[in-house]
Amino acid sequence: MNDTRTPRARIEPWNDPAASAYVRVEGIAKSFGAQVAVANVDLAIHKGEFFSLLGPSGCGKTTLLRMLAGFETPDAGRILIDGADMTGVPPHRRPVNMMFQSYALFPHMTVEQNIAFGLRQDGAPKAEIADRVAEMLALVKLDGFGRRKPHQLSGGQRQRVALARALVKKPKLLLLDEPLGALDRRLREHTQFELVNIQERLGITFIIVTHDQEEAMTMSSRMAVMEHGAIRQVGTPAEVYERPASRFVAEFLGDANIIEGRVTSSANGRLQIAAEAAGCTIAVDGDGLAAGAPCAVAFRPEKLTLAKDQPADTSSNAVAGTVFDIAYLGDMSVYHVRTDAGATLRVAAANSQRMIERPITWDDRVWVTWAPGAGVVLDR
Amino acid sequence: MNTSWGKRLVIAAPYLWLGLFFLIPFLIVLKLSFAEVVLARPPYTPLIEWLNAAGQFAPKLRVNFANYLLLLSDDLYIRSFLISLRIAFFATLIALAVGYPLAYAMARAPESWRAILVMLVILPFWTSFLIRVYAWIGILKNEGLLNAALMAVGIISKPLVIMNTDWAVYIGIVYSYLPFMVLPLYAALEKQDPSLLEAAADLGAPPWKAFWTVTVPLSLPGIVAGSLLVFIPAVGEFVIPDILGGSGTLMIGKTLWAEFFNNRDWPLASAIAVVLLVVLVVPIVWFQRQQAARAVEDGR
Ligand SMILES: Nc1ncnc2c1ncn2[C@@H]1O[C@H](COP(=O)(O)OP(=O)(O)O)[C@@H](O)[C@H]1O
Ligand SMILES: [Mg+2]
Repeated sequence: MNDTRTPRARIEPWNDPAASAYVRVEGIAKSFGAQVAVANVDLAIHKGEFFSLLGPSGCGKTTLLRMLAGFETPDAGRILIDGADMTGVPPHRRPVNMMFQSYALFPHMTVEQNIAFGLRQDGAPKAEIADRVAEMLALVKLDGFGRRKPHQLSGGQRQRVALARALVKKPKLLLLDEPLGALDRRLREHTQFELVNIQERLGITFIIVTHDQEEAMTMSSRMAVMEHGAIRQVGTPAEVYERPASRFVAEFLGDANIIEGRVTSSANGRLQIAAEAAGCTIAVDGDGLAAGAPCAVAFRPEKLTLAKDQPADTSSNAVAGTVFDIAYLGDMSVYHVRTDAGATLRVAAANSQRMIERPITWDDRVWVTWAPGAGVVLDR
Repeated sequence: MNTSWGKRLVIAAPYLWLGLFFLIPFLIVLKLSFAEVVLARPPYTPLIEWLNAAGQFAPKLRVNFANYLLLLSDDLYIRSFLISLRIAFFATLIALAVGYPLAYAMARAPESWRAILVMLVILPFWTSFLIRVYAWIGILKNEGLLNAALMAVGIISKPLVIMNTDWAVYIGIVYSYLPFMVLPLYAALEKQDPSLLEAAADLGAPPWKAFWTVTVPLSLPGIVAGSLLVFIPAVGEFVIPDILGGSGTLMIGKTLWAEFFNNRDWPLASAIAVVLLVVLVVPIVWFQRQQAARAVEDGR
């Protein structure tokens, strides 16, 4: 086999039943008074993973990360890192380092002193500290900035000092709380690649918290989508995007058309669904639902096709409607179609040809069609 | 034109204030310190004599350095200065040792409590300073509250003699000036980002080490400000050594008072005041330069 894939794509320990997890979170829960921050979370993260915790603001991502670092004590459950139970282990004794959302750089210390801080705590020899600090400065491309104080740096430079400081002790696990949140868009995209590069080079397991789905999709080997303190779905970015388990996941991760309906028949792994609200019949891959069961199907806008001509077969997976809005996004356009039954569908089409013979425009009558594999039946 | 005048007035106001209430009185004291004591009213010679003995107009400047020379030659004054500096120094250290944990606890208290705690610290100011110092007599005297309590518990069998010793002066100064130590410390500690301590712990520092390497250095401006606010008034303190220290306590403020009111030697008392000011101005200027240098270094 001619394998040109990246190492990340080839190694999938989570699919290997013999592989044991490096970080194990078992039944962790945490409340602040009446406010449940994290509710009964289980996670298994493998060595060398770039794992994202993704979810809207306030869903408990930071709290979960802080329990891994030891800053919060779980109300229930336990955390194992490399087989060792972390219950009762204070933060300064954990083989874990964290990059704080605010960076938390020591303002009274120079960049060098900040980076050296962790090594000093271990009583490393001076020469070794100097070498390691120089190494880290080179890694984050800050050579020559060692003598500056944090306030003399730009936001992006501070972010890199924080990263270097957290990496200098070669932790078993690096926790990153919204590491790119304070950077502007261009710098953020650039830094995403740098982070992935550094992670691959050092082989350290990363757990990163973010509320930005694009960021999570670009960087992670796997991600966990959180809502209200609970984990809704864990998987590779492609798995979670292509096969969202719930309406929440489907809508949080990218755009989704969700059509409600009722199962009319189920045979050979194929469901027939009558969607009255949209005014169509859906044939979709799936099973486990009996005839008559209510269900919802999610369609990514780019999985739907738009045509002016009526397709040959309109018995299923096709619906007629009218274009009432077009959002031009440069590389593609999103067409908003109102079906004759009154539902709204968003259809994305690449603007690959500049001169389209019969461009679709406002108020055009169109047909929206899709393949049986395009929709995903949602669990909840 | 109008606004520029208004602006100048606003800028000039603090200088006018300083000139009126600080510089002029100081110049008067300075002038007095170069005079000679006489049995007259006022009890000192003028700096400039306009008329000679024959009553003719012949202005003559009379600058008398004898007061300053006396301060150097009579070791009573030097000793008073040294004792004052020593008492103020140790009282400042004690106030720091007591005030730091207090300020730290206040800064770490739940946010809703902090305003109340600050109020409690400044609450004693609502009672007269003099009355509060007098109240300490009731606590510290041989048959006072402290001795009664200690003997009731059985820690001591006969009363501790605290009144009219340096101990009473230390207690009085630390008690009176503690708020001036606590408030700047609190201000410095309260604005510290708690995630800095978490970062230190995360990097392997046990709590005591995180405290020494992060909390203390970052609170240094508060330590310096609080220490100066205690040290400077403590050096010249008169009421506390007079009321609690008894006759044996030799502090410069008391000596000054005695020269002024008991001996009616205004020029000598003024000379003491001038020297005291110079002794205290040195640390203040040093502190200011320090702060300015830090500000430049930090680019603030
Ligand atoms: N120290 C705390 N005290 C009280 N409530 C908290 C505390 N930390 C977090 N919470 C609450 O717990 C929930 C989860 O917070 P957090 O973990 O910070 O979410 P996220 O990082 O996903 O935005 C929020 O509702 C938040 O208000
Ligand atoms: Mg957060």
